[in-house]
Amino acid sequence: MNVTIVDYKSGNISSVINSFKEVAKDKVTIEVSSDLNKIKSSDKVVLPGQGSFKSCVDALNKIKGLTDTLNEFAITKKKPLLGICVGLQMFADVGYEETETKGLGWISGKVSKIDNQKGKYKLPHIGWNQINIVKDSKIFKDIENNSHMYFVHSYEFLPNDKKVISATTDYSSNIVCSVEKENIFGTQFHPEKSDRIGLKIIDNFISL
Amino acid sequence: MLKNRIIPCLDVKNGRVVKGINFVDLKDAGDPVEQAKIYSDGGADEICFLDITASNENRNTIYDVVEKTSKKCFVPLTVGGGVRSVEDINKLLNCGADKVSINTAAVENSKVVIDSSKKFGSQCIVVAIDAKKNGDKWEVFTHGGRNNSGIDALEYAEQMEKNGAGELLVTSMDRDGTQEGYDIDLMSKISSKVNIPVIASGGVGNLDHLVDGIKLGKASAVLAASIFHYGKHSVKEAKDYLDSKGIPVRI
Repeated sequence: MNVTIVDYKSGNISSVINSFKEVAKDKVTIEVSSDLNKIKSSDKVVLPGQGSFKSCVDALNKIKGLTDTLNEFAITKKKPLLGICVGLQMFADVGYEETETKGLGWISGKVSKIDNQKGKYKLPHIGWNQINIVKDSKIFKDIENNSHMYFVHSYEFLPNDKKVISATTDYSSNIVCSVEKENIFGTQFHPEKSDRIGLKIIDNFISL
Repeated sequence: MLKNRIIPCLDVKNGRVVKGINFVDLKDAGDPVEQAKIYSDGGADEICFLDITASNENRNTIYDVVEKTSKKCFVPLTVGGGVRSVEDINKLLNCGADKVSINTAAVENSKVVIDSSKKFGSQCIVVAIDAKKNGDKWEVFTHGGRNNSGIDALEYAEQMEKNGAGELLVTSMDRDGTQEGYDIDLMSKISSKVNIPVIASGGVGNLDHLVDGIKLGKASAVLAASIFHYGKHSVKEAKDYLDSKGIPVRI
């Protein structure tokens, strides 16, 4: 089996690469690429994302044919895909960071700034917070409810269909921190930085 | 609920760990990669490396340390010290750092913070402020505490938030290495002034100081070096102690 981490030249993905390689050991091949054919022939794809919604979407669009290839992979062929942080946020129809920007539109909804209640909550939401698992998700196998995950973000995904939400976290409100819609998975937190419990989530995705 | 973070800091010189007391009198205390692994296994919420390598020819040693550490530790890794440019930041991130802290360069050239936070995202840009009390205000020092910029630390903190810093790492020069506790007044004033998280640093001598940094200093995270370093306290002990004092921590 091979898993491709999409390297679309946006932000720092070395931690994602390190963590997937740590979990995969010799049993799974981890590729890091933006090559369309490599992505097409992958069994699974990881879509990381750091920086702003707009900068990530722009970076995706800069690579000719990449969004079409990802669409084909996740929507037409329905192969497993995991979005991390802004990678998850880009599933939305639209994001409002910097300026209104069209997302991939895979899970209907929008990405807006966290309401920090007039400064009561500091932004970015940085650090370890507990996840409240609201539905069974394949990537939460053997993950206990209220486990701690590492977060760093100022924007939140607000999906229209609440049924896609698999976990929330409490920071000024119940922030969506994990989604599962058929073959599409996403975490707002960083499993690659969430210690052993985060590596277990990566293991669960690889083992799907 | 978001937890307060405990961040052990390792001073690294020429690829080896040293401990700083008022930025002089350095002692060797081991391999940074192994030390970092001990901390992350012990429940550290993040690891911080401060590179204090003086000579340019040895500057590359930190990249090797970061690269090796990031393959063994799966908690956030912050690296600072000697970061001069967007290119330096790029290199550290590529080696596996999750955040880079910028000190002197942020004072000398505001474009470094503006450009790097745009390029890599605010989440990985930490501005380190070394502040020293002068009368009823604090001034920002650069070059490892050697030069006084004369800039007011509170105004500077606010400006750095505007420039795109994701966090502020605030060190009291008066307290650093003294083990007398954080400068609570400084921490709480800066924390109230900005809406980004503040990491308190400089002066921790016992576990109560960590409690004070969070409760009184209003810091989101507490950084300490020596109390963890020579086995005086483990990270786990620190967390259990904070928990017993009603501070939310990841256990």
